[in-house]
Amino acid sequence: MTEWLNVILQGVLIGGLYAMFAAGLSLIFGVMRLVNIAHGDLIVLAAYVALMVTQTLGLDPLTSLLLVVPAMAIIGYALQRLLLNRTLGDDLLPPLLVTFGLSIIIQNGLLELFTADSRKLQAGAVETMTYQIGTGIWVGLLPFIQFAVAVAVIAALQMLFYRTALGRAFRATSDDQSVAQLMGLDTRHVFAMAMALSLAVVAIAGVFLAVRSNFDPAIGPARLIFGFEAVIIGGLGSMWGTLAGGVILGVSQAIGAQIDPGWQLLAGHIVFLVILAVRPQGLFPKVSG
Amino acid sequence: MREAPLLDVDAIDVFYGDFQALFGVSLTVERGQVVAVIGANGAGKSTLLRAIAGLMQPRRGGIHFNGAAIGNAPAFAVVKRGIALVPEGRRLFPSLSVEENLRIGGQSGRPGPWTLPRIYKLFPVLSERRHLPATALSGGQQQMAAIGRALMSNPDLLLCDEISLGLAPIIVRDIYAQLPAIVGDGMSLVIVEQDIAQALKAAAQVYCLQEGRIALQGAARDLTRDAISAAYFGV
Amino acid sequence: MSEQVRYRVEHATRSSRIGVGLIAIVLMVLALAPFWGDRQMLRLLAELLTFVALASLWNLLAGYAGLVSVGQQAFVGLGGYLLFAMVILAGVHPIAAIFIAGPIAAAVSIPVAALTFRLRGAYFAIGTWVVAEVFRLLASQVSVLGGGSGVSLPAAAVIAMAPTRQAREFEIYWLALALTVLVLAAIVTLLRSRHGLALTAIRDNEVAAQSNGIDVTRVKLIVYVLTAFGTAMIGALIFLMKLRISPDTAFSVNDWTAFVIFITVIGGIGRIEGPIIGTIIFFFMRQTLSDLGSLYLLIMGAVAIVVMLWAPKGLWGLIAERYGWQALPLQRHLVFDDTAPRSRDKRA
Repeated sequence: MTEWLNVILQGVLIGGLYAMFAAGLSLIFGVMRLVNIAHGDLIVLAAYVALMVTQTLGLDPLTSLLLVVPAMAIIGYALQRLLLNRTLGDDLLPPLLVTFGLSIIIQNGLLELFTADSRKLQAGAVETMTYQIGTGIWVGLLPFIQFAVAVAVIAALQMLFYRTALGRAFRATSDDQSVAQLMGLDTRHVFAMAMALSLAVVAIAGVFLAVRSNFDPAIGPARLIFGFEAVIIGGLGSMWGTLAGGVILGVSQAIGAQIDPGWQLLAGHIVFLVILAVRPQGLFPKVSG
Repeated sequence: MREAPLLDVDAIDVFYGDFQALFGVSLTVERGQVVAVIGANGAGKSTLLRAIAGLMQPRRGGIHFNGAAIGNAPAFAVVKRGIALVPEGRRLFPSLSVEENLRIGGQSGRPGPWTLPRIYKLFPVLSERRHLPATALSGGQQQMAAIGRALMSNPDLLLCDEISLGLAPIIVRDIYAQLPAIVGDGMSLVIVEQDIAQALKAAAQVYCLQEGRIALQGAARDLTRDAISAAYFGV
Repeated sequence: MSEQVRYRVEHATRSSRIGVGLIAIVLMVLALAPFWGDRQMLRLLAELLTFVALASLWNLLAGYAGLVSVGQQAFVGLGGYLLFAMVILAGVHPIAAIFIAGPIAAAVSIPVAALTFRLRGAYFAIGTWVVAEVFRLLASQVSVLGGGSGVSLPAAAVIAMAPTRQAREFEIYWLALALTVLVLAAIVTLLRSRHGLALTAIRDNEVAAQSNGIDVTRVKLIVYVLTAFGTAMIGALIFLMKLRISPDTAFSVNDWTAFVIFITVIGGIGRIEGPIIGTIIFFFMRQTLSDLGSLYLLIMGAVAIVVMLWAPKGLWGLIAERYGWQALPLQRHLVFDDTAPRSRDKRA
C-alpha cells in the first residue's frame, strides 16, 4: 500500500514538470493558435544553455535560472519576430512545417556542438535530500521544489493573463487581431512577447529536466509529446488544466512503470488516448467568458 | 492663410487583392467637424474608414493627418497619432470584461479628457455592468462600449462605422443624442451610415460613395434629396 | 438552339501530353535498370522509388486533404512489422505479405482516425505522432519479433523468394518500381475522380467545400485510410529490402516523416509532380552532403524553412507558374469547340 502511495506521489511530482512543458505550449496556442513542434527541442536547448552557464560560471543550476530564463526569453522574442511571425495566417502548413524544420535544426545543431553524449546538471546536496512525510512515505526535496515551482509558474501565468495589461493584450489579440491593432497593439510585438514568455517557462522546465535526469540532443520530441498530452488531457486553453493534465500523465506513467518498466511511456499514451476517446474536450476545458 | 485640414485623404486607390474597392477617393475633415459618408452596401464606405485607420494601405494616393503622412502607417501607429475607429459590428473582445474592453482602448496612452469615470458618466449602464463579459451586453450597450473603447484613446478624429446597424431606432436616437457631448471637446468625427436622415442631421459635410468613387459631396444643408438619391443609387 | 456554346472538359494540355510521353520513356528506362545499372545503382533507385511513393502519399494526405500528419511512420513501421510477423509466424511468402499488409493497415487506420480526427489542425499532427509512438512501444513489447532490439528475416524465407542473390535483387527492384507506379497511378486516378474534385475544393477552401455539400470529414477519412493502405505496403517493401527490422528504425520520425516532408515541401506541396522532383533533389543533396553528418540534416531543415517561407509552392510550383507546365493531366480545362463562336458567352 505505502509502495503504491510512494509511486503515486512521485508521479504527481513529475507531473509538475510536465505541466511546465505544457504551459508554454498552451500559452502560445492560446494567443496565436501556433503549435510549436520545436517546443521540446527548445526545452533541451534550455538545458544545454544551463549546462554552459553552470560550467563556465560555476553557478548552481537553480541560480543559473537567473541567466537562463532571460536568455531563453530573448531567443523566443527574436525567433517570433524574425521567423515565426512570417508563418502566421490562415494556412496551417507554414507554422507547422517551419517549426518542424526548426526542431531538426536545433537537434542537429546541439548534436554538432555537444555530441550525442548524455549530460546532467549537478545540483549537489539538494538532489539527495529526502523527507519522511508519513510512515513509509518519502518525498525528495528536489522533486518537491520542482512541483512547487510548477504551481508557482502556473499561478503566475494565470495572474499575468487575467490581471495585467500584457495579459489583456494577449487575450484581446487572441480574440480579434485587427481590432487589437486598432487599440494601438502591435500584434507582432504581442506575439513575440507571448513567445518570450513561453520560452521563459521552457527555460525553467529545461533546467529542472536537466537536474532530474540525463539529457541528450534527441530527447526533445518526447518532451513535446508529454507537454501536448498534458494540454489535451487538461483541456485546451486552461492554465490550471495543464497542471491537472501533467499530474494525470505523471501518475499514469509512474503506475505503468511500477507494473512493468517497459510500460511507463505506454501507460501515459494510453491514458491520453482514452481521454481523447471519452472526453475529447479535456477534463477542464476553458469556460468561455 | 487657411489652416490645413486635420485629415486630408488625397485620391487613394485601395485594393483587396486584385479587386479595386476605392478609385481616387479624396476627403477632408476640418478640426471639430462632423463629416458623414453615405452610400449603398458595398460602395466602399467601410474600406475608406479602414484605410484611414491603417488597417489597409492604399496602393496609390496619400493620407495626411495633422500634417504627417500616415498612408503607409500600420493601424497601431495610427491610433497613437489620434485616430480611433469604432468598427462595424462593434467587435468587442469577448474574452474581456466590459471594463477591460474600455481599458484596452486606453492602451495607446494618449492623454486627454476621456477617462474611465467620464465614459461611465456618458454611458452609466456600462458602469453597472463593468465586470460582466462584453458578450453579456445588449446590442445597444455593446455599441456604447465600442464607442467608449474608441474614446479611451483620446482621439482627435473618431471614425464610426455603421453605429446604427442592427439596433432599434430608439437606441440609435439615444446614441446619436450623445454625439454633441462627444464632439464638444473639439474632436472631429467621421460617421459612415446607411441611414441617410440620421447622417444628414448629425453632419456638416456629406460625401456620397458609389461603387468606390465619390459621387457627390457638399454641405449637408445644401444637398437636395434628389441629388442624394441620384448619387446614392446611381440613377 | 444553335446559340448554345459547346464546350467540353479536358485534362490534357500540350505540356502534359509531352509529359506523358516523357514519363513513358522514363518508365521504360527504369524498368530496364537491372540491365544497365550495377547492384549499387539498383539499390539506390529502389530506395528512391520508395521515397517517391511515401512522399506522394504524404502529399495526398497533407497537400490535398489538409491532414498534416507527422505520424505516418506509424504505418511504415506497421507495414514492416506485419510483413515480418506474417513471414516469421505464419510462413507467408514475403511478396504476398506486402499485399496483405496494406488492407490490414487500412483497417487499423480507421480506429486511429476515429481518435486523431478529434484533434484540429496542428494538434492533429502531434496526435498522429503519439499514435506512432504507441505503435513503436507496442512493437518493442512483442518478444517473438525481437522486442526492443528487433529481428532479421529468416534466411529460408529470403531464399524462397528467388534462388540467387541477383535474381532476388532484380525481383525486389521491379517490385519497388511496380508498387511505386501503382501508388502514383492510384493517386492520379483518385484525383481525377469525383473525390479528386472534392479534394481540390477542400484544399482551396474547406468551409466553402463544406457548404457546397461536400462531406469533408468523409472525404478526409477515405484519403487517410487509402494513404495508410499505400504507406504500409511501401513500409513492408522497405523492410523486405533491409531484411531487418527494429522498433526504432521502423517507427523513425526522421526517416519516414521528416525526410518525406522535406521532399514534398522542396518539390512542391499539393502538386502531384512535387514529390518526384523533391525526391531527386533530396537524394542529390544526400549523396553530396551526407559526409557532413548532422550538419547535413541542419542544412536540410534550413532549406525547408526557406522554401516554406519564400517559395511555399516549392520548386515545381515555381516552374509550373512560370511556364504553365504540368507533367500529368490533372487540371481541368474548359475547351470551347471551334464550331461555337467564343464571343457568344457574353449573352446578356
